Amino acid sequence: MRIDKPAQLTKLRKELVAVEKKHTKKIMICCGPGCLANGAAKIVEEFRKVLKKKHIRGFKIEALKETGCHGFCERGPLVIIEPRGTFYTKVKPKDVEEIINESIRKDETVERLLYDDPSNGHKIERYNDIPFYSHQQRIALRNLGHIDQYKIEDYIVADGYNALVKALTKMKPDEIIAEVTTSGLRGRGGAGFSTGRKWATCAKAEDTPHYVICNGDEGDPGAFMDRSIMEGDPHSVLEGMIIAAYAVGAHEGYIYVREEYPLAIENLKLAIHQATEYGFLGENILGSGFSLTLNVSRGGGAFVCGESSALMKSVAGEVGEPRAKYVRSVLKGFHDKPTVLNNVETYANIPVIIDKGGEWFAGIGTPGSSGTKAFSLVGKVRNTGLIEVPMGTKLREIIYDIGGGILDNRPFKAVQTGGPSGGCLPEEKLDLPVDFDTLTEAYSMMGSGGMIVMDDHTCVVDLAKYFLAFLVEESCGKCVPCREGLFQLHAMVKKISEGQGIEEDIEKMEKLSDVIIKSSLCGLGKSGPNPFLSTVRYFRDEYLAHIRDKKCPAKVCRELIRFDIIADKCDGCTACLSACAFDAITGKKNEVHVIDQDKCTKCGACEAVCTRNAIEVS
Amino acid sequence: MVHLTINGQVVQANDGEMLLDVIKRMGIDIPAICQHDAVEPFGSCRLCTVEITKADWDGWKNYVTSCLYPVADGLIVNTHSETVNEIRKTLLDLYLARHPNSLFVRKLAAEHGVTKTSYEEIPDGDDCILCGLCTRICERMGFSAISTVGRGHSKEVAPPLKEAPPDCVGCLACAQCCPTGHIKFSEEGASRSIWGKQFEKIACSKCGKLTITKEFADSLSETRNIPREYFDVCDDCRRKEIALTMGRLAQWSREEETV
Ligand SMILES: Cc1cc2nc3c(=O)[nH]c(=O)nc-3n(C[C@H](O)[C@H](O)[C@H](O)COP(=O)(O)O)c2cc1C
Ligand code: SF4
Ligand code: SF4
Ligand code: SF4
Ligand code: SF4
Ligand code: FES
Ligand code: FES
Repeated sequence: MRIDKPAQLTKLRKELVAVEKKHTKKIMICCGPGCLANGAAKIVEEFRKVLKKKHIRGFKIEALKETGCHGFCERGPLVIIEPRGTFYTKVKPKDVEEIINESIRKDETVERLLYDDPSNGHKIERYNDIPFYSHQQRIALRNLGHIDQYKIEDYIVADGYNALVKALTKMKPDEIIAEVTTSGLRGRGGAGFSTGRKWATCAKAEDTPHYVICNGDEGDPGAFMDRSIMEGDPHSVLEGMIIAAYAVGAHEGYIYVREEYPLAIENLKLAIHQATEYGFLGENILGSGFSLTLNVSRGGGAFVCGESSALMKSVAGEVGEPRAKYVRSVLKGFHDKPTVLNNVETYANIPVIIDKGGEWFAGIGTPGSSGTKAFSLVGKVRNTGLIEVPMGTKLREIIYDIGGGILDNRPFKAVQTGGPSGGCLPEEKLDLPVDFDTLTEAYSMMGSGGMIVMDDHTCVVDLAKYFLAFLVEESCGKCVPCREGLFQLHAMVKKISEGQGIEEDIEKMEKLSDVIIKSSLCGLGKSGPNPFLSTVRYFRDEYLAHIRDKKCPAKVCRELIRFDIIADKCDGCTACLSACAFDAITGKKNEVHVIDQDKCTKCGACEAVCTRNAIEVS
Repeated sequence: MVHLTINGQVVQANDGEMLLDVIKRMGIDIPAICQHDAVEPFGSCRLCTVEITKADWDGWKNYVTSCLYPVADGLIVNTHSETVNEIRKTLLDLYLARHPNSLFVRKLAAEHGVTKTSYEEIPDGDDCILCGLCTRICERMGFSAISTVGRGHSKEVAPPLKEAPPDCVGCLACAQCCPTGHIKFSEEGASRSIWGKQFEKIACSKCGKLTITKEFADSLSETRNIPREYFDVCDDCRRKEIALTMGRLAQWSREEETV
């Protein structure tokens, strides 16, 4: 069915809402990346099987929805019964029948699958009452977990394409741009550039044609905000892009998705197909005379391909290598033509801004950074997952209230924000309200929204070494400061981690970092030294301990630690002996075991299996 | 026309020119080893970095590669500020660590006071500084026979699949523009070998002198719409032939006059 007039969409929505309302209960199965990895597909299959077998009065199979990431991946696979919001965690196929019996047939709950609050052990039934959710505010992620990721109809029921109608029929392009500018929206892909200003520059550019591109490269290891949006709510991205294209006068656009995200590619293609059928894309959109085609472009998977100039080259079929530019890509971008490039999350915010107004959006967050920001919260927190909070939320709130604190009640050590080339913030920065500017002032950065929490078992030297190794690997190799400079920086951090560093190294590394930042061609090199700079800024003593005392305080750096068996505690259970893959442990059953230091590779396997805490790391 | 200040001196420049063009014209010497007039600026060596500011930038300074930065009115450029010198020295130090055996690198570094690297030397580092001149020249010639492969520290220049490049015509442009002499080729009689591919050169039908490769001639004839026979004669003989024709013409007209 093709929609040519706004009234038709209103009518269609009414009909669809009526159908939805008939479902007195809905089964929402999270099929986001985390839950799929934990077996969500099997759960869907089992539900379908059981529902087919047992006919349940009043329940239609359409009320079973495969949703995108609901957020609380750590507890997945998740099954949510709406409208109550009953939240079932770690569901296994064998639980399915019971869920159907208790929650669908009856109005009961399966107690054992409910969330238990780690602080007091109490069960919480509804997800809205769980602190992980109650401290969040979702705009970009508004539909994730609440609509079927394959159905445009579900998006329409959730007020989808309302903003497009408003934009195309009631607003002029410059009014749209003014609204976006008023909202204060800043790009969510890293640099935090004003989206309204970017659009205005492109719209004004005389050269034609204009293009719109969506950056779905998401190269930060561990980040999955953009992926989740593209998979779970692809229409929000499309709607944002169509509005952008109309505002800047573009008739062709591309969504660049990394190859490792096949489901995102598939769902976006499906969404484009559906939107075209309904007339939201293609020729003469909604009868407005405006036309746009969108294409999905597969990324090569290199981290640097997320950088704007490299990305545009890659979309054009060339090698994804950054181009030196002192002319901005908004004027000379794709095929050297004016191009708006925005991040997935940036686009996903647009429909809401158009719907509710720029003022409304600007009222959320902080004056310099309006709105909300999605983060993938990972690392040593209890509740890992996908979250969205207003800008200005304190790190402490994110880590302790939403994240539930540090795993095993260990002490907090640092939080890394901004992806591999972001920075590490220590305990004294926990009360920092998170936004673009505060993070930068604290020598970290927003990046695209990765957030990795670390406990006292993390060694910052080791951490810097890890991220630098990633960047050395991902440097495109075009320019010398990044290719050779990061290589040498990594080599020096490695030397320190092995106890081979000297104190002068630190100053030398700081100087080298400065040169790399000032002289690299693209953002990768320009932010490349951050893992070293931010850790040495806040944890200088830890570097010095590696250098002066040849000690790794966190007991991580292999060259600086040793494993010993404490004779008094060892009862000769032989567990460590069988765990050691390097034959470094000797000892007879019921006799004290001994580690041969020459053979020990410090893998830590023995420590992990010893139940008597007899293995000491020093 | 724009006016800018370079090292304290006010100079004029044409719109669209790059800073490096003006800097060179003023006779100021800065290293710029990935730049060649035959190809577009690339920005890989970063040695041409200069410091720029403007009167209304509140003392804020930026560091840009002059080969790529277009001239602008009111720009204040310093080609040898303390920071710029530090950047250049550090880059050359890094080059020296990576290519300790390259004479070109050693000489250039020494000119800037770097005779020994302060970083970890890569003893078997090769001579290719990845300036990208060869690949860009080859692309410019219309062949794109070679390219960079890989990324980061293991990036290198190579033909596709590291086999004899099908599109190479043996013109030697790449080898001739390579600043470090990394690209090896050999000539033996009429045969030439580069990138593991063998070529036969054309012998002039008049004097027998060897000229360009057959593949190069074929390609030029095809792409530039020049008859293939044109390449059967060497430049010298062709010039001689033209001179003779001219001479004959001159004689002929003189004869006309006398009649
Ligand atoms: C090395 C590097 C990697 C990047 N990777 C991404 C990415 O994966 N996704 C993204 O949206 N932006 C990425 N960016 C930022 C983009 O260059 C660009 O600023 C952004 O896509 C613009 O969109 P926005 O204004 O909506 O943020 C990267 C930048 C650099 C320097
Ligand atoms: S800074 Fe690094 S990634 Fe960027 S162009 Fe230079 S080498 Fe490539
Ligand atoms: S640390 Fe690893 S290698 Fe060393 S003794 Fe224990 S198990 Fe064996
Ligand atoms: S010799 Fe071959 S590789 Fe070199 S420039 Fe000529 S065609 Fe290209
Ligand atoms: S082979 Fe020579 S010209 Fe080509 S990139 Fe290497 S150094 Fe430059
Ligand atoms: S994937 Fe299911 S909650 Fe994130
Ligand atoms: S000459 Fe190499 S970067 Fe300018």
